[in-house]
Amino acid sequence: MSKRIDVKDLNVYYSKFLAVEDVNINIDAKSVTAFIGPSGCGKSTFLRTLNRMHEVIPGARVEGEVLLDGDNLYGPGVDPVTVRSQIGMVFQRPNPFPTMSIRDNVLAGVKLNNKKISKGDADALVERSLRGANLWNEVKDRLAKPGSGLSGGQQQRLCIARAIAVEPQVILMDEPCSALDPISTLAIEDLINELKDEYTVVIVTHNMQQAARVSDKTAFFNIAGTGKPGKLIEYGDTHTIFSNPTVKATEDYVSGRFG
Amino acid sequence: MTATLTPVKKRSALTKGQLPKAAPYIVLALALILGAAILALIGFNAFGWGIVSAMLFTVGLVGWSAAVEGSRRAKDKLATCLVVGAFLISLLPLVSVIWTVLVKGLPGLLDPGFLGTSMNGVTGAFDNKSVENGAPVVGGIYHALIGTVQITLLATVISVPVGLLTSIYLVEYGDDRPLARAITFFVDVMTGIPSIVAGLFAAAFFFAVAGPGTKTGAVAAVALSVLMIPVVVRSSEEMLKIVPNELREAAYALGVRKWRTILKVVIPTAISGIASGVTLAIARVIGETAPILVTAGFATSINNNVFGGWMASLPTFIYTQILNPTSPSNPGPSDQRAWGAALVLIILVMLLNLAARLVARIFAPKAGR
Amino acid sequence: MTTTSLTTSRGAGRAGDKVFSAATLAAGCLILAVLFGVALFLVIQAVPALVAPPDKIQGGAGFFAYIWPIVIGTLIAAVIALVIATPVAIGVALFISHFAPRRLASGLGYVIDLLAAIPSVVYGAWGAAFLAREISPAYGWLASNLGWLPIFQGPASATGKTILTAGIVLAVMVLPIITSLSREIFLQTPKLHEEAALALGATRWEMIRMAVLPFGRPGIISAIMLGLGRALGETMAVALVLSSGALTASLIQSGNQTIAAEIALNFPEASGLKVSTLIAAGLVLFIITLGVNMLARWIITRHKEFSGAN
Repeated sequence: MSKRIDVKDLNVYYSKFLAVEDVNINIDAKSVTAFIGPSGCGKSTFLRTLNRMHEVIPGARVEGEVLLDGDNLYGPGVDPVTVRSQIGMVFQRPNPFPTMSIRDNVLAGVKLNNKKISKGDADALVERSLRGANLWNEVKDRLAKPGSGLSGGQQQRLCIARAIAVEPQVILMDEPCSALDPISTLAIEDLINELKDEYTVVIVTHNMQQAARVSDKTAFFNIAGTGKPGKLIEYGDTHTIFSNPTVKATEDYVSGRFG
Repeated sequence: MTATLTPVKKRSALTKGQLPKAAPYIVLALALILGAAILALIGFNAFGWGIVSAMLFTVGLVGWSAAVEGSRRAKDKLATCLVVGAFLISLLPLVSVIWTVLVKGLPGLLDPGFLGTSMNGVTGAFDNKSVENGAPVVGGIYHALIGTVQITLLATVISVPVGLLTSIYLVEYGDDRPLARAITFFVDVMTGIPSIVAGLFAAAFFFAVAGPGTKTGAVAAVALSVLMIPVVVRSSEEMLKIVPNELREAAYALGVRKWRTILKVVIPTAISGIASGVTLAIARVIGETAPILVTAGFATSINNNVFGGWMASLPTFIYTQILNPTSPSNPGPSDQRAWGAALVLIILVMLLNLAARLVARIFAPKAGR
Repeated sequence: MTTTSLTTSRGAGRAGDKVFSAATLAAGCLILAVLFGVALFLVIQAVPALVAPPDKIQGGAGFFAYIWPIVIGTLIAAVIALVIATPVAIGVALFISHFAPRRLASGLGYVIDLLAAIPSVVYGAWGAAFLAREISPAYGWLASNLGWLPIFQGPASATGKTILTAGIVLAVMVLPIITSLSREIFLQTPKLHEEAALALGATRWEMIRMAVLPFGRPGIISAIMLGLGRALGETMAVALVLSSGALTASLIQSGNQTIAAEIALNFPEASGLKVSTLIAAGLVLFIITLGVNMLARWIITRHKEFSGAN
């Protein structure tokens, strides 16, 4: 259960302002793709358009197509809610629901949608999701405690467990480790490596070593200057991007000359 | 001990030219003594003693400071005296009101049957008898309590859904649209509507719709709602605004619809603040007199139907018992009942304020491990 | 339209979104409608009094002759309240924000907020039964020593139930409003400004005059305006305390009346044209307080745009 994503001629606007220009990219199923680039180059904005989360921001809109196994996310009659239940997202800062227990947090996607689920199924789903997020052994004795009592890294893995509990095709991660310490970061990176066996993973990161460690393919975004739109500069195998890029700007960036 | 010890008496260069630390206490003692002496000449009372002593203290301390420390320090001392004085003055009415209500209200409250009987059939003759022969004061506030509870409850039932939904519109759907800004502005304007005007509106509305002279508990509840809705909107709006956006995004990213996100994630997170705001709004309107006066009429007997017939309430009960005593020649018993009712009303309001604080604490999301 | 895996959404959920957002929108519009209704119904019910022949209105000289003395009376009571309450309220706000020990400050703020929690009818009863009695000797003294001033002209009321007493009770009632708003503003004074003043060797009072008061001025003004709005519309304190009568200059004799108290005292027994007259009086009060409040809000919003402090 994972699908590929193909983006065709995508432009993203904030009201009149063109934020990201003309992106074409093909993301394979069951792979990890990293987006890298300097701050403000539009990589997070672009990530959000992959599950229509940008629509939460007033004034944001897109032109172009995003195809999930051939189905256009922006086609007529497509409900953003359906899109998001197939393409999950993990955010920069861990955000478990403070009013819910650990167990309820994992079940949030099911319960909030009022789907009926038997207690046995729910228990199985909680265990499966928490195991999938490498968190089960740490929290299995305190599932009824509030999720906000966990450490930052545990909270982030709880958020991943919450995302995989709705059984999506794709998981988007927006700088998932930027608020975490190195040990928690390592745990998340290990997890990402395991997740790609079942899911298509797209991760935005500021950390080039992280991109090199976890991803199969890397996309480099850049911006010509303030007020200019962000663009996809180069996309290819991670190894190629880091050792033998074709574009000068990519080479400058990955070798640490700017950004 | 070496011989080079600094002499104990020498003052630091940094404290030179300052009043000794004990200066305020010395001046205070002198002012109290002098104040007592002056008051003894013109007739002693505690209030006058306090005022005169405070003035003498200010003059003494500022004068001394001006002589020793110069005018800048003296001005600072004067300002401090005035500011502290302002605070003490503001406490006077609070203490006085609570003391008056306690002293005058306790006899009424302790009267057997005060909470359990109404004023039905209580005439001036009974009051005259209790003044002349020392018979117990009869009559009570049961009907007014019933009325207050019912009217306030109905007002709450009207105000909370409207207020809460409006605040949800403003925070979740408004997007700073002209309509949202207009609502925010007019809610602000509504907080400033005099309570009597709210009462007149409800009266005028029901006179026009249900015929002239329509006065029931429901009309009063509508009047109170006009006063209560803006309070609920403002407090709920504040509470919804501080729910982190990340939680909404987390829910959206799970494929949860906006209305479910609001009902199941946003509101539960903010519920403690919302509930405490609603409780404070109830505390505010439960003591309103003027709007009930012009909308619910006066009743001396128990009326359990909020939609029909005149209805009493605690504030209007206090008002009428003071202004139109049951026995005009012997207002004493009416006075006692009025103050008893005032005590009950204040206790209710304070309990609601306390409840608001407790509610805020109990419902707050628990963070512990 | 082609059917894909993405277009198979459950219709019920979508409808829920529409219904819910429509409900919140309706609630918001209801509030606008209510405010519009307040104005509309007051006007409708007031019209008979405005168009009636002058001799039919109470006093026999038309609505204008009826309303202007009580408008003046309302203003007198409100001005007395503000003159007393403003300096005290600013003092209390400064005390809580800059003088009281940090640990006590929030508790003391809560004590002042208790003043706002006491119902107005209790204030009225307290004013009539306690304050008026206690303060009447002072009125006698004022009349004999300052009687040459029109506002203290004797003979002083023996019961103490005068517009000055009512004004004092109103002052107590608006005090917590002005205090809490001023306190908020004072606490927002940029720490940088305060520390700059202190680093120059300023005393605490000089720091307050240099940094806190200039910063807080628009906030204080709007707090006073909101207090004025409350004082203008307050009913019970005046209805119970004041022994009303014709407009007089002296503040220590019985006499004068305010709009709100006039309505409260007469409305319960009124009928026919008298009801219209009182509702018209309420309309006048509504317009006055509306103007005052809108002015106050305008000052606040303008201030918000200007303060680059945050």
